[in-house]
Amino acid sequence: MSQLTVSLYRYNPESDQKPRMQEFQLDLPEGKDLMVLDVLALLKEQDTSITYRRSCREGVCGSDGMNISGKNGLACITSLSQVVKNNKLVLRPLPGLPVIRDLVVDMSLFYKQYERIQPYLINNSPVPSIERLQSPEDRAKLDGLYECILCACCSTSCPSFWWNPEKFVGPAGLLQAWRFLADSRDQATEERLAKLDDPFSVFRCRGIMNCVNVCPKGLNPTKAIGHIRSMLLKQAT
Amino acid sequence: MVRSVTSFGRSGLSDWLLQRFSAIVLALYTLFIVGVLLFTPDMSYEQWSGLFAQEWVKIFTLLTVLSIVIHAWIGLWTVGTDYLPKVWLRLLYQSAVLLVLFVYLIATVRALWGF
Repeated sequence: MSQLTVSLYRYNPESDQKPRMQEFQLDLPEGKDLMVLDVLALLKEQDTSITYRRSCREGVCGSDGMNISGKNGLACITSLSQVVKNNKLVLRPLPGLPVIRDLVVDMSLFYKQYERIQPYLINNSPVPSIERLQSPEDRAKLDGLYECILCACCSTSCPSFWWNPEKFVGPAGLLQAWRFLADSRDQATEERLAKLDDPFSVFRCRGIMNCVNVCPKGLNPTKAIGHIRSMLLKQAT
Repeated sequence: MVRSVTSFGRSGLSDWLLQRFSAIVLALYTLFIVGVLLFTPDMSYEQWSGLFAQEWVKIFTLLTVLSIVIHAWIGLWTVGTDYLPKVWLRLLYQSAVLLVLFVYLIATVRALWGF
C-alpha cells in the first residue's frame, strides 16, 4: 500500500461562502497505476458529497475534463503515474468557467461559442438519392478535426478564452469552424468567414498553444486557427 | 461577428496584417540605426544631423514612427480589452495610449522637419 494525498477543490454554493481546498488521504494498492477517475471514485466512498461529472470512463464522452495537478485533462485516461509528484495530487475544476459545485463547471459559454460557428453542414443543393459523395482526399482533410469530443480542456486552458469567453470563439470552437470550412460538401464558406473576421472571434488567438498542450485527443487547434487565418487572408486580399 | 469600434482597422484580419507589416518596418529601422551606430563609433553632432538631413532618412523615420503608432495601438488595444473589463477604465486607458502615440507622432514630425 502507498499513501496518496489528494487536494480537492470543494465548493457548494448552498453552504460555502467561497471555495476551499480539502485534503484527503488515500491508500493505493501496490503494483497498479490507477486513473485519476478511479481516485475520485475512491474519494466518493469516503465523502459522498464530492461532485464531479463522468460517463464513459474511457476518454470518449468528454465529461470528466478537469484541472489535474495544474494541467487540464480527462480524469478517466490520465494515470496517476503521469501526474502525481511527491505523492500529491491536486484536483480543481476546469479554469475560467463558473463553478456549479466542486469539479462541475457551467459549460454554457463554451457551448454558446460552439453554436456560434454553426457546427453542421450547410448545403442547399438538392439532396442526392444516396449520399453526398466526397473523394478520399477531401475526406482526409477532416482527419484531426472531427475527433474533437468537446471536453473543453483546450478552451479552458486558453487565457484569451478566460478574458473574453463571450467574444473569442476559443480553440475548441475554432477547430470545429475549420472542420466545416475544410469540408468539400459545405457551401457556406463565405458566410462562415464573414462571421469570423472581427478582432475577437479568431484573431484573439495569440498562438501560445496551451490548447495543443492539453488536448487529450492529440488535436491541434492552433494549426486549424492558422488555416482559418490563411483562408481569410486569401479571400480578402 | 463581434462588433468593435475602437480597434484600429475594425477588422481582425487587417489589424493582424498591419501588426506584421509594421513589425517588419520596425525591424528594418532597428537594423539601420544599429548599423549606423556600429559603423560610426565616434559619431559627431554634425554627422548625426547630416544623416537626418537626408530626405529618405526623414521619410524612413516617419514611416517607422507611424509603424510604432499602429503597432502599439493594435497591441495595447488588445491588452486593454483582455485585462480591463470595466468600460470607463478601458476607455480612459485607450485615450491615454492614443494621446501618448499622438505626441510621439507630432514630436517626430517637428524634430524631422523642424516647424
